[in-house]
Amino acid sequence: MPNVDSNATTSDLVLVAAVRSGDQGAMAALYDRYSSIVYSVALRVLQDTGAAEDVLQDIFMQLWRNPGAFDASRGNMASWLAVIARHRSIDALRRRRPENDIEDVIVSIEPDLASEADHSRAMVKVRGALETMPPPQRSALEMAYFEGLTHSEIAEKTGEPLGTIKTRIRSGLLSLRKVLAA
Amino acid sequence: MNLHEQFADDLALYSLGSLEDAERQALEKHLAGCPTCRRELELLRGDSSLLALTTTGAKPPARARQRFLAAVAAEPRMPLVTAPTPIRSVSAPRRPSWWTSFGWPALRWASAAALVVIVIRLLRQNSELEGNLASLRTQFQAQLNDQGSKLEQANEVVATLLDPEATKIELVAAGNKPQPRGKAIYQRRNRNLIFFASNLPPLPAEKIYELWLFPASGGAPIAAGLFKPDARGSATLVNPPLPGGIAAKNFAVTLEPESGSHEAPRGTPVIVGVGE
Repeated sequence: MPNVDSNATTSDLVLVAAVRSGDQGAMAALYDRYSSIVYSVALRVLQDTGAAEDVLQDIFMQLWRNPGAFDASRGNMASWLAVIARHRSIDALRRRRPENDIEDVIVSIEPDLASEADHSRAMVKVRGALETMPPPQRSALEMAYFEGLTHSEIAEKTGEPLGTIKTRIRSGLLSLRKVLAA
Repeated sequence: MNLHEQFADDLALYSLGSLEDAERQALEKHLAGCPTCRRELELLRGDSSLLALTTTGAKPPARARQRFLAAVAAEPRMPLVTAPTPIRSVSAPRRPSWWTSFGWPALRWASAAALVVIVIRLLRQNSELEGNLASLRTQFQAQLNDQGSKLEQANEVVATLLDPEATKIELVAAGNKPQPRGKAIYQRRNRNLIFFASNLPPLPAEKIYELWLFPASGGAPIAAGLFKPDARGSATLVNPPLPGGIAAKNFAVTLEPESGSHEAPRGTPVIVGVGE
């Protein structure tokens, strides 16, 4: 069985190709690279380390069983895994069966955040955008994203009209896109 | 972007899974027929993933890594064997491809040869092992048989995918006209490129389709093969000659004059990669 270079410069695509060949070393390298992202998202949503570990295990085992689910032409791996982690965690939070297999999620981020440096720069921008966002807008966005609340649940919780919540969430998301494109 | 404004807010909520029943159903119906809104949905999912990425910082405990690696070790996989059952073509006798005629038999013989060498070495190594040789042989033979059957299964899958006689039907949302589309799978390291296209319009007289690789470096597009689709508009290209070490940013297919040079695109693009 070929050993995969664990050097951080080994591209995700090379690692995924090796995983397709059944290379356990490549799978471990992908885990080391991305487990923190998946775990952080799961922990933020679930607020429970044990439940977050279960989501982590579940997602990476699915990637091991079906590495072809990752389609590099439709988004980078960090974003893809973050979105799946969030989906799975919300499902777990609501104690429901997973709605989506990992292959169902398509994410497009422009520009691509392939390198570690690109990723770090983008995160500084996004965190900055969140900090300068009006608190009600940020709160609506986070309730939808991290708590999995529907717009009417958010409206009920905040006492705001439904239309206001909808508009806030959309403009909040678009402001994240704008700050990344700047 | 010509986004349908009446769906704009709902699309954002939908991307987060926060849109409720009646509105969700109405939007899903619209999405089925609107590629612009589907594209915007992908972008909104990308935007929301930025929120997820802002949470980074927590490290999973070491026990989680051990648990995962143990689970992976307990589920070893063989290369390429992902289909639970072999997919059989409904066609008449299959023509052997380069893959079937060279690739897999060579691998099988290499595997068999390696196992035989190991068995012979074991035989010579130590007379104390003589008592174990019979069981070792049985074990190796079982592995060989197992590997052989898995390779055969993979062989079937690859042969079916590449068989020009196989029935290939693309399914699209009901009521929609199939659109021309293609999928390029490219591995820079070994210069491997597999390209599938479907629903391509019939070729006009004296025209041909050409696949282009757009280098990530931003250089001029590189010719990656001429092809003519079959009567149903399907075509497959396997490992066209390509220069080594080129990272690809995108692929596109153009309609070209059949005669003359094919080193630079002269015709109009028919399909382009969504990454561009």
